[in-house]
Amino acid sequence: MELTDFFTDYTLRTITLGTAVLGAICGMLGSFAVLRKQSLLGDAISHAALPGIALAFLFTGLKDSNVLLLGALISGFIGTVWIRGIVTKTHLKTDTALGLILSLFFGFGELVLSYLKKQPDANQAGLDKYLFGQAATLVESDVILMVIVTGISLAVMLLFWKEFKLLLFDKDYAMTLGFNTRFIDGLISFFIVLAIVIGLQTVGVVLMSAMLLAPAAAARQWTNSLGTMVILAAIFGAFSGVFGTAISASYNNLSTGPVIVLVAAVFVGVSFIFSPGRGILFKQIRLIRNRRDLELKKTLYFMYGIVEKHEDISRPHSIRILNGFQGYTRGTLSALADKHWITIQGQDWSLTEEGFETAQNLYNTNIPES
Amino acid sequence: MNSELAIILIACLTSVACAIPGVFLVLRKMALISDAISHSILPGIVIGFFITEDLASPWLILLAAFSGLITVVLVEAIQKTGLVKEDTAIGLVFPALFSIGVLLISIYASDIHLDADAVLVGRLEYAPFDKLMIDHVSYGPKSMWTISITLLITLVLLFAFYKELKLSTFDIGLSSALGFSPVFMHYGLMSIASVTTVVSFDAVGAILVVALMIAPAAAAYLITTHLKKMILLSVLFGIMSAIGGYYFAVWLDASISGSITTVLGLIFLLVYLFAPSNGLIAVLFRQKRQRIEVSLLTFLLHLNNHDSVEERRVGHLQEHINWGKVRSKTVLELAQKNNMITLQDQVVSLTAKGLDFTERALDYIITNKDEKIEDMKNDFFLFRG
Repeated sequence: MELTDFFTDYTLRTITLGTAVLGAICGMLGSFAVLRKQSLLGDAISHAALPGIALAFLFTGLKDSNVLLLGALISGFIGTVWIRGIVTKTHLKTDTALGLILSLFFGFGELVLSYLKKQPDANQAGLDKYLFGQAATLVESDVILMVIVTGISLAVMLLFWKEFKLLLFDKDYAMTLGFNTRFIDGLISFFIVLAIVIGLQTVGVVLMSAMLLAPAAAARQWTNSLGTMVILAAIFGAFSGVFGTAISASYNNLSTGPVIVLVAAVFVGVSFIFSPGRGILFKQIRLIRNRRDLELKKTLYFMYGIVEKHEDISRPHSIRILNGFQGYTRGTLSALADKHWITIQGQDWSLTEEGFETAQNLYNTNIPES
Repeated sequence: MNSELAIILIACLTSVACAIPGVFLVLRKMALISDAISHSILPGIVIGFFITEDLASPWLILLAAFSGLITVVLVEAIQKTGLVKEDTAIGLVFPALFSIGVLLISIYASDIHLDADAVLVGRLEYAPFDKLMIDHVSYGPKSMWTISITLLITLVLLFAFYKELKLSTFDIGLSSALGFSPVFMHYGLMSIASVTTVVSFDAVGAILVVALMIAPAAAAYLITTHLKKMILLSVLFGIMSAIGGYYFAVWLDASISGSITTVLGLIFLLVYLFAPSNGLIAVLFRQKRQRIEVSLLTFLLHLNNHDSVEERRVGHLQEHINWGKVRSKTVLELAQKNNMITLQDQVVSLTAKGLDFTERALDYIITNKDEKIEDMKNDFFLFRG
């Protein structure tokens, strides 16, 4: 497997392009799903799409992916509407509604699929690929369809950008401004369903939700701006697609869908740990730094307590008298000296003018820190 | 034992074993944890299968259940960092673990008698033929043994910890104040859910386990809010769907587990539509009646405010309160039927009863004191709260 194969091998180029576009659109629309706290809606919808695929084949007998995806779109949408119906009209909670629709629709889809399998004449062998996805079956027309859908959703997103943004962060305000929130809400949901359906062939019903979530969750860690997050998520998604395809093409027996999901999971892991603002690593570093600073100031205040009793601030005191105080070390002393709060001469220390003032104002919250 | 009876029995036992933890998962708003567990036990099962080479081995069950627990812990750890919301944490963890499982299966496909398809839907059809053999004597299907033991453990724990479970489900503050550790209850329930999922996995697969856990409990929750009744009802729904699903599958010559889920779906749909007080039809009916009653009240208050004859003309009312013809007609008729108003030459006037009613309603609105409307509650939904 050479790197140049990606540009010369027709099949591989198609697949790579397809997964890259898919990753981009999923990341883009997934950002909205994550921010709307509807992360698992994608999981429910993708499972709910299965009976649509099976029934579309049962009624039309066609294995054309456009027909099947239309079926998936319809049943995915029915699932979404039913989830909303359960949540708004009964006391069942969102999680129950999602789990219900997910499993019941999927079970029904399995029933129809197994029924199709037993039919003697039907040529249904390819339907199983919608369970785990088979990127290898992507052909040029599929990729073109993906590009068209991505283009349309990008255009709609740019057109309704401020409405989407407003709805995401302050629905009530959007309502009072007179926006038709129901329409915008429906529009976002529709495009999320669309992205899921488009991805079914490649990643499959079961793992589709991760495609939607992971790039967005990773992008969320690096920025607080919606625009940046959407772009970042699209980039992460596209790279997961490309890397995933490359890895699965380099080894035998590795299905593309799970590999893409794992690559996306690595993106998430790295973002969780290394993002500068929210990452676990830097948070921990900040925590330790703050703790050290606190120790330092405690030492300084203890010194202040000693010095206070004398008229001359800069009178030297022996280091030994600090022994009773926990938290002072040779390190903290020299750190204090580095800050010019104290001066050390031999075995003695003395508070500087600056150190005295700092200590004096340490617990005085009225004076803003400068 | 013939295989038909064996399949039905296994299906019934599985559905009961799933329904019991399912009730608590639904009540604790953790229904989706079962989805996460059912997916992420896959790597545990695959690795366990490498070690034991037997899908019904107790070590494999423990190992897989352990990987289910790891999922729960991992989800909670990610939540605790505050980097993403709870549902995102679930959505990130289980696809990753499931992917690892699927890849393990596909890499070692030649060494392992598991295929990814069976992982999702199970192989209930073949369950009776995998018999427990000790010294060449058959003791019935293996999965029947595993599921019976799991069910027994679940039942013993349910009876032993019923009140603790109930308390920690509905009032976690009180239960920890009384000294029952909510953490213990939480992980206990999660362990039971994990073990049950693993054991049922072989028979019904990863996703249908979720259906067996959530759907009976959700349907039962729509009918009753009494915990004991809810458990009994969901067990009943589980058994009904297992038996109905089997015969439906035989008739259609299709997957048994798919058909059990479909029957469950139908049961839930029926309950969702027709449940006596929480079903869709009952809710819509109640909302419609409340809407009309609000209209009636608005109308009567309007009459009370305006005494002059021209303000009380029917035509004027339509204009003033901005109602359509049909709506005003419904409200007028309802008011007349209740002797609240009289109509003369298209002029509406309040009767003594109507006046009294309006005054009291007004009193209630102003003071917001319940005792003013005690006797009105019998006639009106609106005041029943």
